[in-house]
Amino acid sequence: MDHLDQLEAQSIYIFREAFARLKKIALLWSLGKDSNVMIWLARKAFFGRMPFPALHVDTGKKFAEMYRFRDHYGKEWELDLRVEPCPPIDAVDPTLPPAARSAARKTEGLKMALAKFGFDGLIAGIRRDEEATRAKERVFSPRGLEGNWDVRDQPPEFWDQFNASPPPGAHLRIHPILHWTEADIWAYTKRENIPIIPLYLSQNGKRYRSLGDSDITFPVNSTASNIDEILIELEQTKVPERAGRALDHETEDAFERLRVAGYL
Amino acid sequence: MNMIVTTASPATSNGTTSMPNGTTRPQVRIVIVGHVDHGKSTLVGRLLHETGSLPEGKLEMLKAVSARRGMPFEWSFLLDALQTERDQGITIDTTQIRFRTNSRDIVLIDAPGHAEFLRNMITGASQADGAVLIIDALEGVRDQTRRHGYLLHLLGVKQVAIVVNKMDRVDFAADRFRAISDEISAHLEGLGMAPTAIIPISARDGDGVAERTDRIGWYKGPTVVEALDRLEPARPLEALALRLPVQAIYKFDDRRIVAGRIESGSLKAGDEIVIMPAGKIAKIRTVESWPVTPIAGRQGAGRSVGITLDRELFVERGDIIAHTGTAPRETRRLRARIFWLHDKPLAKGDQLLVRCGPKESRATVVAIEKAVDPGELSSTENKAIGRNHVGEIDISLSNPIATDPYTENPRTGRLVIEVSGRIAGGGLVLSVDAGQRAVPVDIVPVESALRLDERSARYRHNGAVVWLTGLPASGKSTLAKALERRLFTNGGSPILLDGDTLRAGLNSDLGFSTADRSENIRRLAEVATHLARNGYIAIVAAVSPAREDRATARRIADTTFREIHVATPAAVCEERDPKGHYKKARAGALAAFTGIGNDYETPQAAELVIDTSARTVSDATGEIERMLKATGVLFDEMVDLAANI
Repeated sequence: MDHLDQLEAQSIYIFREAFARLKKIALLWSLGKDSNVMIWLARKAFFGRMPFPALHVDTGKKFAEMYRFRDHYGKEWELDLRVEPCPPIDAVDPTLPPAARSAARKTEGLKMALAKFGFDGLIAGIRRDEEATRAKERVFSPRGLEGNWDVRDQPPEFWDQFNASPPPGAHLRIHPILHWTEADIWAYTKRENIPIIPLYLSQNGKRYRSLGDSDITFPVNSTASNIDEILIELEQTKVPERAGRALDHETEDAFERLRVAGYL
Repeated sequence: MNMIVTTASPATSNGTTSMPNGTTRPQVRIVIVGHVDHGKSTLVGRLLHETGSLPEGKLEMLKAVSARRGMPFEWSFLLDALQTERDQGITIDTTQIRFRTNSRDIVLIDAPGHAEFLRNMITGASQADGAVLIIDALEGVRDQTRRHGYLLHLLGVKQVAIVVNKMDRVDFAADRFRAISDEISAHLEGLGMAPTAIIPISARDGDGVAERTDRIGWYKGPTVVEALDRLEPARPLEALALRLPVQAIYKFDDRRIVAGRIESGSLKAGDEIVIMPAGKIAKIRTVESWPVTPIAGRQGAGRSVGITLDRELFVERGDIIAHTGTAPRETRRLRARIFWLHDKPLAKGDQLLVRCGPKESRATVVAIEKAVDPGELSSTENKAIGRNHVGEIDISLSNPIATDPYTENPRTGRLVIEVSGRIAGGGLVLSVDAGQRAVPVDIVPVESALRLDERSARYRHNGAVVWLTGLPASGKSTLAKALERRLFTNGGSPILLDGDTLRAGLNSDLGFSTADRSENIRRLAEVATHLARNGYIAIVAAVSPAREDRATARRIADTTFREIHVATPAAVCEERDPKGHYKKARAGALAAFTGIGNDYETPQAAELVIDTSARTVSDATGEIERMLKATGVLFDEMVDLAANI
């Protein structure tokens, strides 16, 4: 087994545990490289079809290419796609800095979708290497009634035994690719031939390393025009992956405040 | 649609990271543990800096943050990304960070050191291939140091490097360093652990981290970076018996797929399997996958698979699929060595939920046989196991489960305990009581201090039982000795077990009745299998005329068994007669001699058949080697990893 085989086997194991132990789960599809890999892994885990819905909490501000991708592959991959809107910006905590406040709309949209469908588990494509607070996550991460995350009181998790009994009314976040890196995602995407959104590839000397809302996401300088070149770039770069995500950089604790409140 | 289509890339070798430039480097996960404030975060920060792993601007940003707060810069700020942590000056939870040494990709799991955060340390350390245990040179070994050492042992982390930090606070005194070395070595040896290195450092100033400075000129061992560079990644347990715990059964279409992850051993379509604990037998019809299905070829430990069976049997989540003959034991009673994380101490009579892989069962604590605080120097025995303490307990289960003692299978021989839906402890299965005895038998096999993959990396082969069967004087011993010599010359670790040699000692109580012959073969197979499980190639040369006895040997040795039928014609054997046995037998002076009767049962499915009358010893030995390569015992030529670095 090579490195990608090991990552894949571990993620499949997590998917199957989530499906076996929870009653009603959904996969959060943000249309980016990570959640596309996640859907692929789910189809591997369940032999071709994802046996639970793909939930897209839509801010309405994604790039046009992302919407095209969603509509095309939602059909091709036979997903049970649920698109749920977010509330307007006025409904969000006004003390957050502008970009974080914009992103927080998604947190509210997520809460509304949870209330509507009654999911007890949400599968999310966060990775430990993306950002310091995500590094502290568990694979099965309990969320309070408000969807909030208590970083100080996380249950122990070892030997692939997961805490899968959230208290009544609360839900679990499940993170099947927590142990992957950005380079792993690209290497696997290439190996498995998973389609990607062209925004990730260099055009006019710039490309997106991470895709979010079009008004708070910016490209990085890059000449990488295919996955091999992206991998070589990642080998050499010291620029963090989320450098183009404005909400991470407004204040020291903006991202953490978002996560504690239930942001991914 | 403007979609990008890419092409598949070739797979790389075991447990390594594939690089775009085509090199492969082992990836090792490590955890840094030790008493609070002994300098873990500082060491991590320093390691990241020394190995050039910090993102651009990170150091400058943190220095600016410190300046804004009017505090001196601390290396530990690197990891304490959370606002709350910086306010309290403690590390809260497991952070995973990557960096590189010369030949390794290191994934660093930063485990916190506060006693109340022990569950986070366990969460982090349980994923580690190796550990760094850090000790403050001024404070010395503390209770949390000992506790963490003990937990590493319970979690099965065997590669531990000791770092004696803050040497600057003891003026880099060599005798202070040695005193601490001796104390921690003694503690770890008591647990059956041997540190891979003991290193004096100053994480704050950098001595001993990436270079040996003059201030520790008296120290000749590796630096921290060099010690990390020598760690080995964990390898899946292919050499053990098959264990496929069932996660679920899927019927999404007309297939009924049994899904799970192979924890040890391997399987392929056509294998006869047994479903435990019920003991029902079936054959694997197909191994299913996606996008391509079904898939041929053997699937090994670590893979998440789906199989279909050749008959409709009731299978459920929590069952264990094994090969017939090497199934785990079914039990309602087991003994475990556990660590306890729950606020309320664990006491006799407590009702719990036990999870063994995907299997869950209600359970009752029948007895607490030991309860100690692993941090205390003189452990006082208690009646109950308190929070952050360890102990040995006897559990009675409401449903039968199939499991193995952890010494036989570290993957299946472990369990977690849940209280009110939350993991409250975990530990190792010491022994399984399959009977109805009230008092469990106290046989706890002692495990080797070495891991299989450490041995196989050195010997370039996996453990195996090479079983040479054939008529007397067919050439078994000659071949066995030639094979032993050749494997040894190539750096391997062979051991010869000749049937006659063992009969002179271990088996001197046995005669040549059918029953005694069977027992002789059984003992040979047990000894050989023990050697194979410890990485040796046990070469057995024994007539072993009865097919059933050889089948027993194959069952005992399981996947390590390679049968070679030395099929030299009977007439040639009798002509050779080096021990004069044929002559004696013809004269009627040797009872129960195999060879001149018709009592040798020819093997039907030997891995190799060799007629020594038609070839040289060297040729025949070469043929055995080729078979051992083809069946995954001998590794191919060394890949020169260093050439790619």
